[in-house]
Amino acid sequence: MTKRASAVSASPPRRRSKYTLAPLVLIAANVVLFSLFFVWPAVIGLVYSFTNYTGVGAFQFVGLDNYSNLFGDSTFYDALSRTLLYTVLVVPLNFVLSLLIANLVVSKQAKGSSVARVVFFVPWLISPIVVGVLWRWLFGENFGLINYVIEKLGGDAIAWQSNADLSLGVVVMAGAWWGTAFSMLLFIAAIKNVPTSYYEAASLDGAGPWRQFISITLPSIAPTSFIVILLNTINAMKEYPLFVSLNNGGPGTSNNLLVQYIYQTGFNRGQIGYASAASFVLMLILMAVAVIQLIVNRRVENR
Amino acid sequence: MTTTDMPRPVDGGSGRAVSKKRPRGGRSGGLRQAVSATTLLWIMACLYGLPVLWFVLSSFKPAGDLFSLPLTVLPHDPTLSGYSAAWDSANFSQYFVNTAIVCVITTILTVGASCCTGYALAKYDNTWLKVFFICILATTMLPSEVMLAPEFLVVRDLGLYNSLGGIILPAVLTATGCFMFRQFFLTVPDELIEAARIDGARELSIFLRIMVPVSRPIMLTLAILSFQWRWNDYIWPLLMLNDPSKFTVQIGIQSLVGAQNINWSVLLGGSVISMIPLILVFLVFQRYVMNANINAGLKD
Repeated sequence: MTKRASAVSASPPRRRSKYTLAPLVLIAANVVLFSLFFVWPAVIGLVYSFTNYTGVGAFQFVGLDNYSNLFGDSTFYDALSRTLLYTVLVVPLNFVLSLLIANLVVSKQAKGSSVARVVFFVPWLISPIVVGVLWRWLFGENFGLINYVIEKLGGDAIAWQSNADLSLGVVVMAGAWWGTAFSMLLFIAAIKNVPTSYYEAASLDGAGPWRQFISITLPSIAPTSFIVILLNTINAMKEYPLFVSLNNGGPGTSNNLLVQYIYQTGFNRGQIGYASAASFVLMLILMAVAVIQLIVNRRVENR
Repeated sequence: MTTTDMPRPVDGGSGRAVSKKRPRGGRSGGLRQAVSATTLLWIMACLYGLPVLWFVLSSFKPAGDLFSLPLTVLPHDPTLSGYSAAWDSANFSQYFVNTAIVCVITTILTVGASCCTGYALAKYDNTWLKVFFICILATTMLPSEVMLAPEFLVVRDLGLYNSLGGIILPAVLTATGCFMFRQFFLTVPDELIEAARIDGARELSIFLRIMVPVSRPIMLTLAILSFQWRWNDYIWPLLMLNDPSKFTVQIGIQSLVGAQNINWSVLLGGSVISMIPLILVFLVFQRYVMNANINAGLKD
């Protein structure tokens, strides 16, 4: 492992490359953890996805059976399409809200922004489980505050829990509400880094706030926007606790998402092989998302 | 976005404002902008704050008042009965201790391991370090949620099933932590290290004596983030633990939601209790969280 001796004896090749032992010691802990809890599970997961392993005892290789069964499994398709729908709804909502709020908080014209910033930040401190409880409490069909207000205003109570689309909508709202704080932090840092001289020049040229936002702010924070969208997409694809505590994927099983599907097949029904196959499909989707966004990002930056 | 009034159109489309018109002076315009920006800010703040406020206020209502119509904002007869019921009946004190153990140990280990790794990635120039950097990047692409089943089997085979160690160890390596430290150490001048080397300091003592102390602000930031992630963790502890005496707070709350009839009084009390540690951490370290320059590969 240690090339130190040979590196030292040679005439100084490249700067710093003579150090081997020190960096090795420094990264040792994380290398061990990476191998144990990342490489090992990834390898056996891939192997098990071709087997009928149940978690105990012997198993047989079944080739691509798990994968072909998966694509004939309507429950899996439902979970997949619900996950995609959730992602497509929550990511843009989160993006728009956090960008709007970051701009408001940074703006010198808005008064009281240091207090408001704390208000916006609080949801992030609440765990997804409690966020789910909180929104379930707000959107209860018979007892929730929202329906109470709607009825007071002369409307009819809305079936937030028993209508599958509406109950997904509540999770989307809760997810965006919860996720705003973190995206907001990233946006605030990015917006503060835009040189103020750009804005001064633009306002001398008569550009209004909206124009300045479109022509200066938005292009300047493009790298951050990219990170926000990427992170939110990946997080939305693997959302689970929020759904569990808000409506448990309900009504019925109509809003079961992918991670929930993996959890149920793997642990409630003991089909580890099958669940591993589903995991790898999810992984491929996540990687595709990341690659597509990288390509788009590069294209935008090169323009 | 900072205001709702529409600006005059400026040189449509070219993306650059080139018209040489005079800037919009007018104090009234500035005032109008300030008013509309402030109004919008506070409307949004109310939308974000009200759910929490309603939730917390409700938790002080006696169980009988929770559903009594008409709903009232302030509890008539504030009581802590929901809290005490949660604390006693649902064994929350035990959950708290368990969660605190997990959070503190994981956070210490995460900060230590991330600091070492980040420093090595920033200050040494070996090919295999670059390879390991890519490996860490890969962990953000392949989050543990994706490998629930195989990761469960690995931890079980290591003999860590149903132990707090099974929750702690897999959580120590975080890409975010390594990135944060790497970014920080890149900004520390190399001359500092070179000078210490000329003075005859050994590599690891340079790291421990010079680099660890200067990275204190990053340590604190990562510690807060790590504490928050672990406090709020759900799915992995759920998989790892089946002995109620080892449950963490989040699983405790979820078990209340999963009950046949939700006891909202206990659930609200327990939920609010579970938020308190993070609120306290946030209040104490607010400026570190707000100024955290966290911008790459964030993952929990």
